[in-house]
Parts: sequence; C-alpha cells; structure tokens
Amino acid sequence: MKIVLQNLTKKFPNRNKKVKGDVIAVNDFTFEIPDGSLIGLLGPSGCGKSTTLNLLSGLLKPTAGKIFFGDDDVTGLPAEKRGVGLVFQNYALYPHLTVRQNIMFPLENLKGADKLSKEQMNEKVLEAAKLVQIDELMDRKPDELSGGQQQRVAIARALVKMPKVLLLDEPLSNLDARLRLQTREEIRRIQRETGITTIFVTHDQEEAMSISDLIVVMKDGVVHQIGKPQEVYDKPVNLFVAKFLGTPPINVFHGKVEDNKLYIGKDVIFDSVNVDNKEVYVAIRPEGFILKDEGVLGCNLTGVEVMGRDISVVSTHECCENVAIRSIIDADNMVNVGAKQVRFDLKPNKVFLFDKETEERIDYQL
Amino acid sequence: MEKRNAKAWLYLVPAILFLGFFMVYPLIDVFIYSFEEGYNSASQTFFGVGTYNYSYVLHDPYFLQALKNTFILVIITVPLSTGIALLISVGLSSIKPLRNLYQTVYFLPYVTNTLAVGLVFMILFKKTAYSDGLINMLINWFGGNSVDFIDGPYWAKMFVLCFYTIWVVMPFKILILTSALASVNEEYYKAAQVDGTSKFRIFRKITLPMISPTLFYLVITGFIGAFKAYSDAVALFGTNLNAAEMNTIVGYIYDMLYGDSGGYPSYASAAAIILFTIVLTITCINLLISKKHVHY
Repeated sequence: MKIVLQNLTKKFPNRNKKVKGDVIAVNDFTFEIPDGSLIGLLGPSGCGKSTTLNLLSGLLKPTAGKIFFGDDDVTGLPAEKRGVGLVFQNYALYPHLTVRQNIMFPLENLKGADKLSKEQMNEKVLEAAKLVQIDELMDRKPDELSGGQQQRVAIARALVKMPKVLLLDEPLSNLDARLRLQTREEIRRIQRETGITTIFVTHDQEEAMSISDLIVVMKDGVVHQIGKPQEVYDKPVNLFVAKFLGTPPINVFHGKVEDNKLYIGKDVIFDSVNVDNKEVYVAIRPEGFILKDEGVLGCNLTGVEVMGRDISVVSTHECCENVAIRSIIDADNMVNVGAKQVRFDLKPNKVFLFDKETEERIDYQL
Repeated sequence: MEKRNAKAWLYLVPAILFLGFFMVYPLIDVFIYSFEEGYNSASQTFFGVGTYNYSYVLHDPYFLQALKNTFILVIITVPLSTGIALLISVGLSSIKPLRNLYQTVYFLPYVTNTLAVGLVFMILFKKTAYSDGLINMLINWFGGNSVDFIDGPYWAKMFVLCFYTIWVVMPFKILILTSALASVNEEYYKAAQVDGTSKFRIFRKITLPMISPTLFYLVITGFIGAFKAYSDAVALFGTNLNAAEMNTIVGYIYDMLYGDSGGYPSYASAAAIILFTIVLTITCINLLISKKHVHY
C-alpha cells in the first residue's frame, strides 16, 4: 500500500502561557512512501516523528493536510477503520492475557462478514507466531517473557490481522545492544516476507540506516531530507543532516574560501574550488582522513583509540566546532603517539562545504 | 547472628507491647470469656466452663434477628454499592469538564458525620405529625400510599437501612476506583483502539481485568465493613434496635455489654467469636475466588 502525506500539519495548543502561539509538532509534510517499503523516520527527541506515526495510525487528527493509503483518503477515518498495525515503544501487551490471547485479540474484534471461526483464528495466530518465531511460548504471560520476546509478540499482534500498514514506534529502544542488532535484522526479514509497507520511528541513526529502504530525517517538525540511507549519508542537504548521521559524528570546522582556495585556519585544504569567496563550514567525515606526514591539515594530537579493525585518532584544532576531532584510520597505519602534531590528507568526497548563514550544502568541484 | 537477633527484638518491643496489650490480649480474653458461663466482670467470677454461652446466643431470637438483618444487609449492599460505584467511576473518568466538581460532590458523604447524615435521612423518610417525609411526598405525587419507613413494615425499614449504607460507603469506593482507572496505562486503550475493539469489549477485556485487584479489595473490605454495621442502624432507628427489629450482630454484642438488657460479657464474647468466625470464613472464600479471577 502506497502512502501519501499531503501538507500534513499538526499543532498542539501551547501550555506555556509566556509563549504565544501553538506548538507545531509536524509542519507541512509532503512525501510519498512507496508500496512495500521499509521507512525510517529519524530525528532527535521532540522532532515530531512519534506525532507523525500517531497521525498515520489515526490516534491523532491532523490540524491540516491529508493522508492517503493507496488512492483512499483516510484523513477523517478513525484508527479502528484504517487497518493499521501499531507496535508501541513499551509493546502495550495486555498483562493478564497469554501470548496466544494477546495475538488473537485483534481477530476477535472482527465483526460481520470478516468474522472468523475459532479454527481460522487459531490458524492465523499460529501463522503470525511462527513468522516472528514465538510459537513455542504461546501459553506464557507477557511478564514471563524477555524484552525481545515481548517485542516479537507485539509485532505478531500487529501483523495478525494483515494490516495494510505496519507502524513501529521506537521498536528497538527497550532492547540491549546485542538484541537490538538481532531484532533489527528480524524486522527487516518479517517486512520482506510479508511485503507490508512499514514505517518505524527511531532516534538511532545507525538503526535507521541499516534496515530502511528510505530514511526521512526530521527536526523540529520539519522534514530535512528524504532518501536512500547511503544517498543521505553521502549527500546531506544541510549541516543538521550531516551532523545527525554517522558515528563517530562528522567533524565540523570553521573555514573560508578565498580566491578559490579553501582554508581551515592557515592550512589550505583545497587550492582550486569553484566557490565564491565566503565563510563556510567544512565538515569532514571521520573516514575522510588519510594520515600523511606532509598532509594538508595539521591537528594537535591528543590520543589514539584502538578498536581492532581500525584506529581512531583523536586530535584538536582551534577552528573545529567539535571538542575532539575523530578520524578513523586503518589499523595498519602507525601513529607516533608521542608526537604533538599530526597531519592528514583529505578524501574530497568525504569533505562537505556548508553555507555559514543558511547551513545548506554548497556543491563544489575541484 | 544472635546479637543481631537480640537487636531486632529490641526494635520490635514497642510494637509488640502495644499490639499485645491492646490487640492480642483482649482477643484471647474474649475467646476465654466466651467459654466461661455467667462471668461477672465486677467480681471476676464464673460458674463453670462450657459451650452454654454459644448455645444461648444461637437460640436467642434477638441474635437470630440480628444475624438475618446483617446477612441481608451484606448481600444487598456490597454488590450493589460496588457495582454502582464502578459505574459512577467509569462515568467520571470518561468526562472531562466538571470532573473535579462531580468528584467532590460524590465524596461529600464520606466527610459528613454519620449522625448528621442520619438526620437528613430522617427528614427524607420519617413520618411526623406534620409530614410523611420527602420520599412519601414523592410516592403520593405518583399516586401511591404513604409508607412508614422508620416505624413501619420490616421491608421498608430494611430498604432504608440498605439505601443508607450504600450511600455512605459509596464515596470511598468511587475514590479508590477512579484512581485505579486512572492508573491503567493509556497505551493499552490506544492499542485496543487501533485494533478496532468496541468500547464495551475494551471495558470487559481490558479495564475490568486491570482494576480487578482493586475491585476485589473493595469487595473484601466491603464484606467486613458490612458485617460490622451498627452505627448506621442507630442513626436511623435509635438505640433500641431490638424493638425495631433492626439490630445487627455488632449491635447485639453492644446491647449484651452495655444496653438495657446488658451486663452479659460472656454472651457478648460468644456472639463476637461467632461474628469473627463468619467474617473469617467469608474472607477466606473471597480470597480463594479472587485467586482464580484476579490477575497479577
């Protein structure tokens, strides 16, 4: 099912009397989600991603704008008529019901022509349980399950009625690091097997990048960029998107362009860029550094973190916004830990320029 | 290890002394009195030991009347008051405007003095030389005949007592139930809503099980409270409850100790032990049932 959001806006009345006007949680969203894809809504806390999810589920009514499922306008439709499956952050499993009863609950609500016989229900429940691999735990109560198992039950409950759209609210935030890795693969697998258009909300960029077909980066109720994860990572539209994606985070320097030369401090980084003279932000991905004795950028070395496969060189620079510059270097490189200075060459495709005022990315050629 | 035990006992001394003196000792004493025939508290003497006191009490028509009254009261008021309180609480939680006002209004009987409330009920129900009471005026208005609720037929008096009891116990139950309802996580309702659950099914399948521990707490304490009913009957029918056929078990015990026919601590003790046995049995049954139906 294709989903289209058209100028979707949600305002909440302001509780803080000192500030005039409403709080705009979701501001004029327009985008299209292709059928059968897995979408990650990504942004820092309070950026409106959960509100967007609630608007899609029908639990909240938009202030303005429209939502289409396929060709049907569902904006005015209440939650129960939309046919969405929703998995809550805390799973919201009914504690007094067994796993089987929990998964069966949505089926028992069906009325009229959709009503199922007991056998059909049992069959569907088992099918959903097998899909998420919890068919051995059917008679347990939720409090007898681990977090990961509860998560699966919640997904099975959302899937059992074959929703047109599956919505997941921070599906992995309650799991430990190992389980998180495993579960996100699982979500991807389940989504592929069922082919249900799935939208999930997360503040963890790694999570979103790793399993999504498309990611939507949001901040303060505004969509900043929509695209394939790699595309967004390689071509961030503005400084916020560049900063938000990637671990360790991107290193941001204050720089300037003068006579087609790009400066960070006194160092000339690139000597022929086709950009007009102005102040810019120079953002360099950690993997964009190449260790070289006569490299273009000199930094004050503070330490080296060994991570096995590669090493992370930690240094400082007076023009850098970050407290420490982190550069990821192949472990084969030797770093003289005693040295005060370290010099890098830079990979041009990992260096982005952003306008100082608008913070938009500036396309440049060497 | 032993040293720490001694310390623990030392800390417990005040509580043990207090409870022992004012709770355990009297309890044992009552139990002993109930087997001592013709005990006289002034001279501290008795004729013999045996079960005569029990046999007397169980054959006393006043006690049987009190037993019957108490049982009727319990069976009618506990389910009714809990049910109505649940209805009102659910209603209260589903409205937004004026909720606080309604909560206050429903809570008023709880802070009002029992005897003052009794007076109000007198005005509602009592027949005097000047009027037949407010309720009778209503009955007359609908074309019925006046009923003497305070000195009239048994069923009328019982109706007033039950009505009064329900009205008095309701505020506490509403208070407890509204807070229980408020503590149910909103997400369960949202999840049910997304799944297209009907309002009635949400109530039956989610709300009720979620508040079932509170509900059973109210039923159990309701049973115990109703078995101990006394002051309500006094407020309505005066102190001579035996004559009004409206005595309760606790009233009977009181009468046996201090009433006009009083001065029989042995009979009072026997009646008290019988009441204790009944309450214990019913509470045990309640707990057994609740184990099956209360979740968590």
